[in-house]
Amino acid sequence: MSNPALLELICPAGSLPALKTAVDNGADGVYLGLKDNTNARNFSGLNFDEKSLVEGIRYAQGKRRKVLMALNTYPQPATLSRWHKAVDTAASLGVDAIILADPGLMDYARKTHPQLRLHLSVQGSATSYEAVNFYRERFGIQRAVLPRVLSLAQVENVIDNTEVEIELFGFGGLCVMVEGRCLLSSYACGDSPNTFGACSPGHAVRWELTPKGMETRLNGVLIDRYANNEKAGYPTLCKGRFEVQGETYYALEEPTSLNSMDMLPEMARLGIAAIKIEGRQRSPAYVAQVTQVWRAAIDAVKKNRETFKTQPAWQAALAKVSEGSMNTLGAYYRPWK
Amino acid sequence: MTLPTLHLPTLPRVLSRLTVTIPAWPFTPPTSRAFAFAANLAAWPSLRELDWSHVHGRHFCVQVSDIGLQFFFTLHAEGFRAERRSRADVTFTATSADFARLALRLEDPDTLFFNRRLLIEGDTDLGLTVKNMLDAVELETAAAKMPVGLGHLVLALRRLALKD
Repeated sequence: MSNPALLELICPAGSLPALKTAVDNGADGVYLGLKDNTNARNFSGLNFDEKSLVEGIRYAQGKRRKVLMALNTYPQPATLSRWHKAVDTAASLGVDAIILADPGLMDYARKTHPQLRLHLSVQGSATSYEAVNFYRERFGIQRAVLPRVLSLAQVENVIDNTEVEIELFGFGGLCVMVEGRCLLSSYACGDSPNTFGACSPGHAVRWELTPKGMETRLNGVLIDRYANNEKAGYPTLCKGRFEVQGETYYALEEPTSLNSMDMLPEMARLGIAAIKIEGRQRSPAYVAQVTQVWRAAIDAVKKNRETFKTQPAWQAALAKVSEGSMNTLGAYYRPWK
Repeated sequence: MTLPTLHLPTLPRVLSRLTVTIPAWPFTPPTSRAFAFAANLAAWPSLRELDWSHVHGRHFCVQVSDIGLQFFFTLHAEGFRAERRSRADVTFTATSADFARLALRLEDPDTLFFNRRLLIEGDTDLGLTVKNMLDAVELETAAAKMPVGLGHLVLALRRLALKD
């Protein structure tokens, strides 16, 4: 059973200023990664080196907030020591938990640092209580971040049958959600997010303003063309528009953001341990705006679940920073089973 | 909750046409010199400690769409250096108000990109690197290293915009 007292707000930190911004605006915890492919936001100039990590942990823990380190890519044999070293660094610097997807890495962490708290990453793609309990029994995970493909009824079924705390995504860009198994970008870039740590590495992306509109190319492959003033999405293959049988459209998915705020009372009732905000690649300004809104909403739902109402100003603030032209409750709200 | 807005005057559209009429000068434009001078004065003291070695010699262009100005520069160990008009490795295009909002950390670049208010053309990775490196510098730290008065002004402007 998850803990109804918690409903922690976990916010993204791609840099030290973003971490401090999250803490100052009311995050209960932040999640971050190192400056390499041990995490799934491996972008140039982003993330933490040891110096900024030490300072970040000092800052957050000094204010009784948690620091969770994402080590959520899949190690490859030739560079396995990099992932082991990252686990060792996390343990020695005293992060509150590490977020893992790879069972081999969980095994290493469990045996080498038995005191280190383990969270199962969304990249682990555990959608049933059987899967979650497997990771619990074998590796002692204490929290699982569920993939965004489950309805809340299905989430409840997981919660009712496990001791593991459950964390859900609350807000942020959506993808095709084949977490930990998606190889789409390798089709164009030759790199898989699961091993490289980014769906669309910066070196593969090109934007160009042409007379026909703004073109987005991924390793030379035209994946979208935006008309003037048409909202843009991230340059990933899944969010491109393609010609299929003479018709050009979003053949896989339209750029969309998850916003589950309307479901907060139900999440509180279920005893969700934590709500995660997506966006480690974003700037401190985004972290400030989104953390403020979610802090206010979570405080309101904790105060009174029955009377909780999403404020129009909160939704407007979130819509403004969203990817794509629409927000969705995703799979969470699905009346059918 | 209201989001901060920073009201800056919109400049006459006719000015933006200047970009297309200015020929490729064989010398460093005074606008780029002024930009490099200002950037060295205001920003470089807080940026000099970062490792810029991998962007040394790369050509940047900042294009302010509403006033039709382009600034060409490179980054070196000694700071910003103005360059002649040339094909830049990466070009950032936005309005003066949006550049101001980015500089004051009031706006997230991805948000502006989604809304088609920021365009990054050329070497995306180079642009992303610079954006992320700038994000890693705290505005308060940067302001403390600016010339006396300017730092206070920057922070006051930010506070004002956040209150708005």
